[in-house]
Amino acid sequence: MKAQCNTDKCIYCGACVGVCPVGALTLDETRIVIDKKKCIGCGACAKICPAGAMTVKEGE
Amino acid sequence: MFEKTDYDVVIVGGGPAGLWSARKFAEEGLSAIVIDKKQEIGVPVRCGEGLGNTWFNRLNLTPDPDWAVQEMYGAALWSPSGKKLEIRFPEVSGYLLERRIFEKDLARRAARAGAEIVTKTYVTDAIKEGTFARGVKARMQGEKVEFTGKLVVAADGFESTIGRMFGLQNQQTLYHSDSGYEYEMAGLKMDDPDLIHLYFGNEVAPRGYVWIFPKGKDYANVGIGIGADNPKTAKYYLDKWVNSSPVCKGASIVQVNGGGIPVGGMLKNMVGDGIMLVGDAAHQVSPIHGGGMGLAMEASNVMVEVAAKAIKAGNVSEAALSEYNTTWWNLRGYELEKLVRIRQLFEKLTDKDMETFAAAFTGPELLKFAYSDKITSAALATTKLIKHPSLLKLALKYLDADPKE
Ligand SMILES: Cc1cc2nc3c(=O)[nH]c(=O)nc-3n(C[C@H](O)[C@H](O)[C@H](O)COP(=O)(O)OP(=O)(O)OC[C@H]3O[C@@H](n4cnc5c(N)ncnc54)[C@H](O)[C@@H]3O)c2cc1C
Ligand code: SF4
Ligand code: SF4
Repeated sequence: MKAQCNTDKCIYCGACVGVCPVGALTLDETRIVIDKKKCIGCGACAKICPAGAMTVKEGE
Repeated sequence: MFEKTDYDVVIVGGGPAGLWSARKFAEEGLSAIVIDKKQEIGVPVRCGEGLGNTWFNRLNLTPDPDWAVQEMYGAALWSPSGKKLEIRFPEVSGYLLERRIFEKDLARRAARAGAEIVTKTYVTDAIKEGTFARGVKARMQGEKVEFTGKLVVAADGFESTIGRMFGLQNQQTLYHSDSGYEYEMAGLKMDDPDLIHLYFGNEVAPRGYVWIFPKGKDYANVGIGIGADNPKTAKYYLDKWVNSSPVCKGASIVQVNGGGIPVGGMLKNMVGDGIMLVGDAAHQVSPIHGGGMGLAMEASNVMVEVAAKAIKAGNVSEAALSEYNTTWWNLRGYELEKLVRIRQLFEKLTDKDMETFAAAFTGPELLKFAYSDKITSAALATTKLIKHPSLLKLALKYLDADPKE
């Protein structure tokens, strides 16, 4: 299970970054970057995401 | 090109906390730089833009008509069934800001005092010397840059990553976070744009509320904050509300924004060797209403005072900086912790309980409680809540008062 960001929905608010327990997410100048190696699939980012852009799905 | 630049203080984040701190450091005679990844200071706005008068007084801040665009005279609280509890003051109680312009003004004032600011510069890594923070690495419009200093300040908001780079665990829990979503709307039909309007209910905004913060007679921020662990999104609830509200009928959305809001879990420790946290990065936000601009600037005052002393004494160790923890907690932390309890009481209420509360208090009574240090059972018993023993008991449990008092 890994986090995935739908950039069509994302408003670049950074809420997901603030609750990721392992620091797998960053919001740089323009986009959300997911470090899939760090992600533990906990789903916190998807829960807080106000726009429904973040989901946690089966993945590599 | 690999540039190297050295300052007394390197501040990451150019929001209210970072910009206010930069000016304060400059006024202390210290060199400071604010680094922000944004292309433009103040944009995007992630905020309802309300700031109460208390803050103008506490911060010695004069409302400037360039950014304090609308006067507020109080609040209307709406129960789930549509009952209104009105708190109206004879005088201005706060302002709606054009935060874009407010932050630009903070930046101008910081620059005028001698601080530097860089934008579109993203901090990627920590620079350490032993256990001490010594600066940050950043990419500045395609170039790699290092900023070094005697002290690093992480004023990088809810999304803070800088603290963690230096070993301070300041990520937020879902339980103590709100998920916020907001529209700036034009063409609204508001009856009473002198008040902020807050709408409550477990179907409206679970563990939070919908707000209308008027910025003009038909123009407002319409937003929502809900508990972050809710399975549905803040957008879902806000859209539902906007689509059914007569106020919003036919109005247009001219801006979408949102963000995470720390509504609890204030950090007991906000310092390490050569590093300090401030603002949202230190969870310095009201657990009740999610306002954080005023607290961020006030905490900056406390932080800078301790930091400037430490830098001038040549000792920025965790021990030397920890005075910031004690001073801020005594000034504001314990007070905010009490508000977390009130938030937790609010979380327990059903819609029916909210109706009972709405019917039990008058506006002035509610105000009296909001401003009292300790809510006693004797005081609560003077309200109509006395007729609802189970709610009274619940209220007293969370308000930390002894039911037998
Ligand atoms: C929907 C919503 C409504 C709100 N409404 C209100 C309100 O009405 N009134 C109120 O007082 N408060 C409100 N708040 C809270 C308020 O917005 C925050 O408390 C306030 O912005 C905190 O200021 P800050 O300076 O700590 O952080 P921020 O304003 O978040 O600033 C942090 C800055 O750091 C920068 N940054 C982060 N990481 C990096 C990096 N790696 N490199 C470079 N730069 C970086 C960001 O770009 C940002 O500019 C609201 C919040 C939300 C989400
Ligand atoms: S699923 Fe959990 S670990 Fe993965 S990015 Fe989201 S918050 Fe981080
Ligand atoms: S919380 Fe959602 S909308 Fe906000 S930055 Fe993360 S993915 Fe994007």
